[in-house]
Amino acid sequence: MANYSTNEFKGGLKVMLDGDPCSIVENELVKPGKGQAFNRVKLRNLMTGRVGERTFKSGDSLEGADVMDLEMEYLYTDGDMWHFMKTDGSFEQYAVEKKALGDTEKWLKEQVPYIITLWNDKAISVTPPNFIELEVVETDPGLKGDTAQGGSKPATLSSGAVVRVPLFINQGEVLKIDTRSGDYVSRA
Amino acid sequence: MTANWQPTASIETLRERARLIAGVRAFFAARGVLEVETPVLGQGGSTDVHLISLFSMARTDKGQRKLWLQTSPEFHMKRLLAAGSGPIFQLAKSFRDGEIGSRHNIEFTMLEWYRPGYSLAQLIDETTTLVASVLPSFVGPVVHYRYRELFHTYLALDPFTTSIDTLRVLAAERGQMSAYALADEGRDTCLDLLMSMVIEPMLGKNELSVVVDYPASQAALARRHQDADGEWVASRFELYLNGIELANGYDELIDAEEQRLRFSEDNADRRRLGLPEVDCDEQLLAALHHGMPESAGVALGLDRLIQLALGKTRLEEVLTFSTPNC
Repeated sequence: MANYSTNEFKGGLKVMLDGDPCSIVENELVKPGKGQAFNRVKLRNLMTGRVGERTFKSGDSLEGADVMDLEMEYLYTDGDMWHFMKTDGSFEQYAVEKKALGDTEKWLKEQVPYIITLWNDKAISVTPPNFIELEVVETDPGLKGDTAQGGSKPATLSSGAVVRVPLFINQGEVLKIDTRSGDYVSRA
Repeated sequence: MTANWQPTASIETLRERARLIAGVRAFFAARGVLEVETPVLGQGGSTDVHLISLFSMARTDKGQRKLWLQTSPEFHMKRLLAAGSGPIFQLAKSFRDGEIGSRHNIEFTMLEWYRPGYSLAQLIDETTTLVASVLPSFVGPVVHYRYRELFHTYLALDPFTTSIDTLRVLAAERGQMSAYALADEGRDTCLDLLMSMVIEPMLGKNELSVVVDYPASQAALARRHQDADGEWVASRFELYLNGIELANGYDELIDAEEQRLRFSEDNADRRRLGLPEVDCDEQLLAALHHGMPESAGVALGLDRLIQLALGKTRLEEVLTFSTPNC
């Protein structure tokens, strides 16, 4: 991969730092009145998702990371691995480890497209769509005529996620959920 | 996609900018300081290891010549002083390659002025008076600090005597830099990192902070003297407001031989670091040889001052077209 100098550090650039692929979030030049200039860089570690700061001497460089985001549909799990297929018509499949799947495990639904981040052709993270429609498999019975009141109750969805839903929701209903916050949005 | 042709500053901001600049000119006119315009291009450039100069190739009467774009108008203005100009000021377009950010732009406006016969203390006084006049809402005090005192306060270390190994460890930790990247760096890089990352953000909070007595190794084009502790320090000051460095002033070096030595030391450092050498300004050296009056001089980032005066978060908001959009 090419090397990138601090001047070229822009939001979204993928670089290697301490052996892990990272995505640049922010880059700011700092310089005392006279003397050495530095770049104060905010990076997201793509393996852990954590955001941290690191300082570089201006002009220093980092190796680029071979990282790409591809859209893939979820197929199935064999218990060990989770299998996805590219949506570009190639039918190419990728197996994803639990570690890379992370929190997205609770938002999995067959035939829904996810963004799979590949590093050196290996899946390192899975991002669900912002909104997903899932069926309620378990919740307390709905309270008729309670649509106006603000109360909520837990509901277990077909993917395994547990979300707070309004009291009027019944088992078997399909709900639209915001995967970023885990919040109920509406009936689907 | 259509190209982004819009200015980075609003038209309203440009009106405010013009008003502030008129105030700056009036300030100097009232004090009898002559406004001058010197060339942006010069046959000599800045040898400062930490500045990247731009240059252009020009067809001159001597054939193809490399002419340097100034990083500040210092050399030409000193030649005017040597020619007997008396006190002068200039709003000068200056260029520093690679410097882009919320407080930096490759092309920027420097407000630079020189006061023959002034002490550094007198120039500090004039500089803070000017800044206060541009920032009428600013009522805070002017507070003076010594470089050494700041390191004692914020880092509990002495910048002059702490061992290089200790400096590297602390700079890596507090500066969020890898120890590996600092392994070959000298004292000044470690001190610059700590100054930039730890101390500067604390300066200029509801006050104008003036920092003096920098290490002698950071004198640039300032004279050196021994401070009250017997340490050799640079006769130089920096001014800070809201954690932003605004101005850098010197008791100017006027010794031609010492100046030539500093140019060649810079170029030796450049060779050691694998950086291109810069032609040193022979005309400045000739002017110093002829004799330049003892003077204090200061360079102030005018765009930053306007940014602070108008409460803008990014420098580009006070520039018609920032470099990425020029």
